Amino acid sequence: MSINSDTGNKTNNKEVLLQIKDLHIDGFSDNKWHDIIKGVDLTLHRGEVLGLIGESGAGKSTLGLAAMGFARPGCRLKSGSIAFDGQELMGMRESEKRNLWGTRIAYVAQSAAAAFNPAFRLMDQTIESGVRGNTASESDAKKDARELFEALQLPDPHNIGDRYPHQVSGGQLQRVMTAMAMSSRPDLIIFDEPTTALDVTTQVNVLAAIRKVVRQYNTAAIYITHDLAVVAQMADVIKVLRFGETMEEAETRKMLSHPEHPYTKSLWAVRSIEKQPQPAAENVLEIKNVTAAYGKGEDVLHDVSINLPRGRTVAIVGESGSGKSTAARVVTGLLPPSRGSVLFNGEALPTKLSGRSVDQLRRIQMIYQSADTAMNPRHKVRDIIGRPLAFYHDVSGAALDKRVEELLHMIELDASYMDRFPGELSGGQKQRICIARAIAADPEVVICDEVTSALDQIVQEGILKLLLKLQQELNISYLFITHDIATVKAISDEIVVMYQGKVVEQGDKAAIFAPPHPEYTELLLASVPEMDPDWLDSVLGAEKVPLDAS
Amino acid sequence: MSTTSDKGYSAAEEVGSILEQRSRWQRIKLALKSAPISAWFGMIVVAVYIVVALFAPLIAPYAEDQIFAVPFGPWDSDHLVGTDQIGRDILTRLIYGARNTMGIAFATTLLAFAIGGGLGLAAAIRGGWIDQILSRFVDVLMAIPSLIFALMLLAVFGSSIFNIICIIAMLDSTRVFRLTRAVSMNVVVMDYLEAAKLRGEKLGWIMIHEILPNILPPMVAEFGLRFCFVFLTIASLSFLGVGIQPPTADWGSMVRENASLIQFAQYDLKAGITPLLPAGAIALLVVAVNFIVDWFLHKTSGLKDEH
Repeated sequence: MSINSDTGNKTNNKEVLLQIKDLHIDGFSDNKWHDIIKGVDLTLHRGEVLGLIGESGAGKSTLGLAAMGFARPGCRLKSGSIAFDGQELMGMRESEKRNLWGTRIAYVAQSAAAAFNPAFRLMDQTIESGVRGNTASESDAKKDARELFEALQLPDPHNIGDRYPHQVSGGQLQRVMTAMAMSSRPDLIIFDEPTTALDVTTQVNVLAAIRKVVRQYNTAAIYITHDLAVVAQMADVIKVLRFGETMEEAETRKMLSHPEHPYTKSLWAVRSIEKQPQPAAENVLEIKNVTAAYGKGEDVLHDVSINLPRGRTVAIVGESGSGKSTAARVVTGLLPPSRGSVLFNGEALPTKLSGRSVDQLRRIQMIYQSADTAMNPRHKVRDIIGRPLAFYHDVSGAALDKRVEELLHMIELDASYMDRFPGELSGGQKQRICIARAIAADPEVVICDEVTSALDQIVQEGILKLLLKLQQELNISYLFITHDIATVKAISDEIVVMYQGKVVEQGDKAAIFAPPHPEYTELLLASVPEMDPDWLDSVLGAEKVPLDAS
Repeated sequence: MSTTSDKGYSAAEEVGSILEQRSRWQRIKLALKSAPISAWFGMIVVAVYIVVALFAPLIAPYAEDQIFAVPFGPWDSDHLVGTDQIGRDILTRLIYGARNTMGIAFATTLLAFAIGGGLGLAAAIRGGWIDQILSRFVDVLMAIPSLIFALMLLAVFGSSIFNIICIIAMLDSTRVFRLTRAVSMNVVVMDYLEAAKLRGEKLGWIMIHEILPNILPPMVAEFGLRFCFVFLTIASLSFLGVGIQPPTADWGSMVRENASLIQFAQYDLKAGITPLLPAGAIALLVVAVNFIVDWFLHKTSGLKDEH
């Protein structure tokens, strides 16, 4: 299924659909109003796709919602103008705006799973806005919805509408949500990170489907994302936001080839870490023929063997449900395997957590995906980093403070952070504190479970560099669990590809990335978006990625 | 705040808009400043009660069990609100009653929280069969009407102050257990708890350092409400005659002892009011504590006032 790309002159000779001028939006926090959007202009023509990118907190979502004339609770549209097809949304009455929403302007949220009502069938939810707005009879709307399901390449388009939200996969749900938004053929759709929560292999399908229907019906769209490679596939024009201000706006190809603003350049330069492969060494950790299951359920891991050499980084890659995190739970002792063993420095570790000695626990530390939930919000940084020191190394008093300060310096923070609570830190700082807590124990193996996936790209880079630096200084081995191939390329020495609880491929980074690949590795690698606006077309054209029916 | 030297990217400069750091004292001052009038009323009333309870011997005009010649004496300059059925000064007994009733209720609530809170935390952390056994046992206890159960137990063991505290604490700890277990369940699933377990921390440390600080707001609110309930239970038991025994002054028994005075209201209004004084003291304290708890819950639940 190939789509002719005619992004070339789209912006010319087109009617202006949305015109935002000098928009200011305030948000309320800490008993004060703060500027969130500081005078942004935006012009969108009919049928055009605008990519809105920036870090979290840049104001992307706020701006996207403002394009509908909507402000979240706790925010207010302060000044400026939002003209949608000649109508001023600013100051328009709520009831009038509601007539536009769902019929002429639609919104697709990040988490489709949270946006659907679990108690109703997909079809009823898809046609709801059309039927409610009296634009179509129920039977016409259903017929139309089936056509949309088909256009969005959903499996079994005639019957999928009879299912409930929990009966379809995340990628399918995201496409149904797009169908819901398209059902009244709106002039404008706002996509707020629609593929962020999906696996790469699923993401390709959703991207292709969205792009196809948007072009087919000549719908204008604002596509919000923090993933540059994704936006390169979707957008005709890219707008870069930071701290509520426009940094740069340009046509996609020009923006990719010649970014002008220093901030934009730094965003583009992010994927640049390259690790020198470490020499092979003896294995510090060996997972041997492990089979494991949760409770009495089906086996989640099937005969998995992974070796982790000292001082090296082994990345475990795979989509969600592939057993990556389960493997980590077996190593830490949280999930005793039903068969197989975990060897540490050649000795078998007790399978259960309660059977392990304090020293065995100390040698394996863990860093979590979400630093927010990995740190007790009521503990100060001093206590968070200090506890492993006191617990494992029996340090206390002034010596403890001194050591905490040293650790803070190692993670590039200073002593002024000692008395802060996690809530008083930014996302990247929180993850750094978690890293400090892990290395405070003086471990030999650190398990990193998706440690960068909740962070913005620039912050990710900082964290990855820090992990590499610490590895060189302390000779730690990382078991690095991730679904992000770019991260894997940056920091791993060896790669383990997992799929449905089995190890598909295992070896040195260079060997894994070099063809030929086993089928699944091929799919995984081909699904990773590249910073090339023609990438999606080439992938679809070459049929490297089968459009799914899963 | 100083920044670190890291070329191009600095973690310390990463985000400018993180929350302002405030000391605990500053936060308390800020909260008090925005407290509504009902909360202030509650805090003042509770403060007055506490002062009266602590300094009862200094404030009270006579001794707790001092008996005067005239029983059911009228309100006059010697006995501001009269004397009771055997001639004890009622004002004195009201003041001592604050000390006794509140002190016993406080001790009972504390014990109920120690038992119910501790077991609730353990059930939430350990789960499995420990949780099952404790929860089912609590279900059984809660199925029995608590006042009648308390009456029965007090009849069996005798109504000494120690027994009252233990029995009511045990019965009320069932509610505390349920609440603690429920709110702890939300914390138990957090990664930091897993991190603590992986570190090898003991159950006690996890309970006190990892979970307790995070469930404190609902627990404090429950403490206030539970205190009111315990207080009312003790008053009811005393009214029924199995609670705090004479000569110890107590508001519940004072209501009962002087209850007959109420029929003299048509001849002497003041005499009719006398039995209502201890009842009013009970009511006022319960209302005041509820005002404070309401405000506290509103503050900590994250509900924002409309703007």
